[in-house]
Amino acid sequence: MGLDDLKRAEQVLPKKLYEKLLERLKRYNIKGKLANKVAREVIKEYERVQQTPGEAVGVVTAQSIGEPGTQMTLNVFHFAGVAEMNVTIGLPRVIEVLDARRTPSTPSMTIYLKKEYAKDEKEVRRIAAELIEVKLNDLISDTVMDLLNTRLLFTLDKGALRNYNVKPKQVEEMLKKVYKNADVKLLKDGRIRVKLKTEDVGEMYKLKSKVLDTYIKGVPGVTHVLPIRDKKEWIIKTAGTNLKKVLELPYVDPERTISNDIFEIAKVLGIEAARNAIINEVKEVLDRQGIEVDIRHLMLIADTMTFDGKIRGITRYGITSQKSSILARASFEIPLKHIFSAAVKNEVDPLQGVVENVMINQPVPVGTGIPKLIYKVKRSGDKE
Amino acid sequence: MNEQIIKDKIGAIEFRLLSPKLIKKMAAVKVLTPELYDADGYPMDGGLMDLRMGVIDPGLRCRTCGSKVRDCPGHFGYIELARPVIHVEFVDYIYNFLRATCRKCGRILLSEKEIEKFKERLEMASKEESLVRSNVLDEILKRAKATSVCPHCGEKQGKIRLKKPTTFIEDGVNLTPIDVRERLERIPDDDLPLLGMNPQAGRPEWMVLTLLPIPPVTVRPSITLETGERSEDDLTHKLGDIVRTNQRLAENIMAGAPQIIIDDLWELLQYHVTTFFNNSVSQVPPARHRSGRILKTLADRIRGKEGRFRHNLAGKRVDFSARTVISPDSYIKPDEVGVPYEVAMELTIPERVTEWNIEWLRKFVENGPDKYPGANYVITPQGRKRITKETKEVILQELMPGHIVERHLLDGDLVLFNRQPSLHRMNIMAHRVRVLPYKTFRISPVVTAPYNADFDGDEMNLHVPQTEEARAEAEVLMEVKHHLVTPRYGLPIVGGKQDYILGCYLLTLGKRKFPRSFVEQLMFSIGVEEIPDKKEFTGKEIFSILLPKDFNYVEDPEKCKGCKQKGSDACVLIKNGQLICGAVTKKLIGGGKGKLFQEYYKLYGPEKTLDLMHKVALLGVEFLMHEGASISLADTDLPEGAYEKIVERLKKAEEEVEKLIKLYKEGKLEPYPGRTPRETLEGAMMGILNQARDDTSKVLRKYLKKNTGTFTMIRSGAKGSTLNLILMVACLGQQSLRGERINRGFKERTLSLFKKGDIGVRAGGFVMHGYKKGLDPVEFFFHAVAGRDSLVNKGMRTPKSGYLQRRLVNALQDVKVLYDGTVRDSSGVIIQFKYGEDGIDVSKSDHGDIDIDMIIERVIGVG
Repeated sequence: MGLDDLKRAEQVLPKKLYEKLLERLKRYNIKGKLANKVAREVIKEYERVQQTPGEAVGVVTAQSIGEPGTQMTLNVFHFAGVAEMNVTIGLPRVIEVLDARRTPSTPSMTIYLKKEYAKDEKEVRRIAAELIEVKLNDLISDTVMDLLNTRLLFTLDKGALRNYNVKPKQVEEMLKKVYKNADVKLLKDGRIRVKLKTEDVGEMYKLKSKVLDTYIKGVPGVTHVLPIRDKKEWIIKTAGTNLKKVLELPYVDPERTISNDIFEIAKVLGIEAARNAIINEVKEVLDRQGIEVDIRHLMLIADTMTFDGKIRGITRYGITSQKSSILARASFEIPLKHIFSAAVKNEVDPLQGVVENVMINQPVPVGTGIPKLIYKVKRSGDKE
Repeated sequence: MNEQIIKDKIGAIEFRLLSPKLIKKMAAVKVLTPELYDADGYPMDGGLMDLRMGVIDPGLRCRTCGSKVRDCPGHFGYIELARPVIHVEFVDYIYNFLRATCRKCGRILLSEKEIEKFKERLEMASKEESLVRSNVLDEILKRAKATSVCPHCGEKQGKIRLKKPTTFIEDGVNLTPIDVRERLERIPDDDLPLLGMNPQAGRPEWMVLTLLPIPPVTVRPSITLETGERSEDDLTHKLGDIVRTNQRLAENIMAGAPQIIIDDLWELLQYHVTTFFNNSVSQVPPARHRSGRILKTLADRIRGKEGRFRHNLAGKRVDFSARTVISPDSYIKPDEVGVPYEVAMELTIPERVTEWNIEWLRKFVENGPDKYPGANYVITPQGRKRITKETKEVILQELMPGHIVERHLLDGDLVLFNRQPSLHRMNIMAHRVRVLPYKTFRISPVVTAPYNADFDGDEMNLHVPQTEEARAEAEVLMEVKHHLVTPRYGLPIVGGKQDYILGCYLLTLGKRKFPRSFVEQLMFSIGVEEIPDKKEFTGKEIFSILLPKDFNYVEDPEKCKGCKQKGSDACVLIKNGQLICGAVTKKLIGGGKGKLFQEYYKLYGPEKTLDLMHKVALLGVEFLMHEGASISLADTDLPEGAYEKIVERLKKAEEEVEKLIKLYKEGKLEPYPGRTPRETLEGAMMGILNQARDDTSKVLRKYLKKNTGTFTMIRSGAKGSTLNLILMVACLGQQSLRGERINRGFKERTLSLFKKGDIGVRAGGFVMHGYKKGLDPVEFFFHAVAGRDSLVNKGMRTPKSGYLQRRLVNALQDVKVLYDGTVRDSSGVIIQFKYGEDGIDVSKSDHGDIDIDMIIERVIGVG
């Protein structure tokens, strides 16, 4: 008691709340006994608002995210803002994230730059331009296929070269690097000659498109870039993602730069990061729609999707397929498959979930269904 | 009706294959003949409707258990198949087993060493999750299937192919079900665990049927049409086919018919058995009724939304429920529900007779079912008896402690009230009954928000809990007062609506004075009897009567400090329970963002908040009835010259857009990065036009009369917005189709009256006129287009988000907080160590947080 309450608060309260408490005490200049009293009251309040054991938080979360779904737009693209990257928003995006689709329909990165680069607009624009993936195809105005000599002649487009800031020599080098046993040469007339080994015409056509697809520079996967002013600094939004490559770049701030591809994040930064990405992605969509949902609900969703180290969608192949209960799986989708497989494998449904018990008319094991108090009724005629 | 106390619970359900032995054992009949009835229309012995398989005809008795129609659960029968048949649903498993085991010795195609190793891994896995186990099993299968020479007997393995649905081919030679069965029989028990089977629970050869269980008659009742004709169930039809084919097959075999005929019949039998189980197997033509209708067989009964699982098992029908239209009643409390007499006399509450309430209950019985408040049934140890004129005397005489009287609903009874779609838990709440005349359910508009209800014809459901436990749970968990705060974001969603807000606004606006007599009248009508000792009251003082003396609220503390205009309506200040500044608006007493209720809730808790809401609402309507409020077309009148300004502004925007279009057509428009020039143009046009429409509101604000009914309504937040005014007075603005300007219709133009290639303002669906001025035909058309678009959009969104929610609920339904504070799923796997990282229940919190400021205020205030 007494002076220890502040110390106790430090242990009991979550860090954020404790810090808020200290900040408020400082702001109102409350010290000593009074401060302790406040701390005591805050602890009391904190304990009062704790979750009740048995609370079906899963259902509450499902409802909290599902219910406002009816209010969300179905329009896939955000259009009104003029200088914006096209990203999927609204209900389709939420569904996409929760389904844990392998790739987002509009992959995009938000690249933050290190302080020394982030201020200068020109510099940022230059950096942004460097990010775009350039393929041979982008730099070429004409392709000639010389069937007789089995070679390809590419005419470089001067305008494109200037746009993408590429020198003809660079192109030659890249091609040489990729096609080590082909004879690549930059001709004096500015064309590039690639001599092929094959004489088969079909093969040549295949090779031609392969050569055209050769990576020259930039970050593979990035198709568009858009430098945007965000408060005091410049950031770069991209269409197409390649988080790993971007994080390796010297001018990129690796701590804040992020992609909207959950699986990519899981691969590059780990499952915890993916969990946070799920939270942030859903939150951003909801915020944009002006729909308020407490962060705890998003956490619970993200945690159920990632708790075993893999990303599992809210689908019949994801979380639901992991359930131990046969009846729960069967009641969701494709019941027959589950029942027959259970029969062959001699599975046992432990009846620990909600639907299973609904099915057999027994109390569900959540909330008031958990405590098992049995009161032995003594009838008047019974003996001790 | 004997009530038995059931202490036992179903602990677990085990799934197994049905063995031929068990099929025989549980069967009451061996079905021999496809005929159903004899000449007299009596069920045939050994037929599919055999009386030993249960009864469906009233009057007859079951020959197995001796019970009558409703009491006989039905009994299985069986038929002996002349030749074994493969069970379709197990085809994939059989296929795997055949490929993973030796064709000669039946052993699994793994060396002893491998077997040992895998067994060990399985042993370990079975203690862990099922997932690891199934991964190991998959690996075993893959390895065994890849082996081409048996490590046990050295036999070279053939290549087995599955020709869907049920034919197995080994190196080009068909394997008959007999062959398949023999091979499965050869697999030794010891190898079965490696294939995922438990030899104690089932043998793989049981997946090839030699006996077919016949479901009881009660499962496939026939119906008698009005003509007296019998119409059999689809299953019976299908079973008839099976028995008939089986019989023919048996006869042909006996007669020594050629192999081709036997094989044909065998295949036909296989087809019938296959479609009996599942009539929508791919590559099998579905079996049809004579009329061409596709038969509904076993699988169809189980799957889908109307199947056994989702329709009957996961969702159940209930008694003691009612449904009608809802209508508003400001005079009943938010936690009450008005119930029509007709409903109250049909729904009952079982009340156990004791020595103390027998006289009270006797009155209900005396009234009977037709006089309110009466009772419909009395349950005695002898059974449930309906109270009628004839039975009443006897029942009354016999009534004694221990009986149960099912009495009509009374005021104050707790019932559950529900509006679909039930998307969140506030869609079912417990209300107190108020029995009222007329035939609708009445609810206070204050609680429409959580139900998302309005009164344009909405219907709602009412359920009467029948046990003490149910009532106790309803009271503790489901009452309206427990759901004022939404668990979605932790703020009250219940609050004032339209008339209440307008009434309170008009009352508290300015410094109008009201005589004591008026105030007495007003306050008495809302149930407040104590009013301060004063001759005259201002509107703000009247409102303050509802507030407790220690209630404080400041809308904007910073602004308030330097503010000298006490009593102005700019912002709200409540000090010591007195409304000093500010008019009451939606911001203060509305639902969702009503600050007053938010603060009040934190201080005084749910009951008092609900009470305050009710009183504020009443004060609003009562005052509004004295004051009156009306809106008029004249509210939208503009002084001379003002409308021209609006037109001017829109013209200007049009010109700007024309310039852009010109630029675009000349190809000089600088595109935004990552956008085509056309997209850039569209974006820019949208921007200019929307800006233009918004700018017209400035004109409106300047010229429109401020003291009109419409404007008051908007200012108070009761209904309508400035946007609505713009739409009426100025212009409707850009109509959009799929989020873009209208850009389709005819070839290169939106309507035939435009020139080809016109992408201008009008052709893109910009509506220059407001509702008052009226739209021209082109505008009217585009407006209709946009209207239809939003309708379609809504129609697409509802099922999508509905499915999302179903999936979410299904995935998360078992997730709960345990006594140790962890969040786990039904198998006990930890999902979070502490709910939401801090364990805070959002619905108990203040917007997901703890209000430290309030605590400090309270502590310092006390001392």
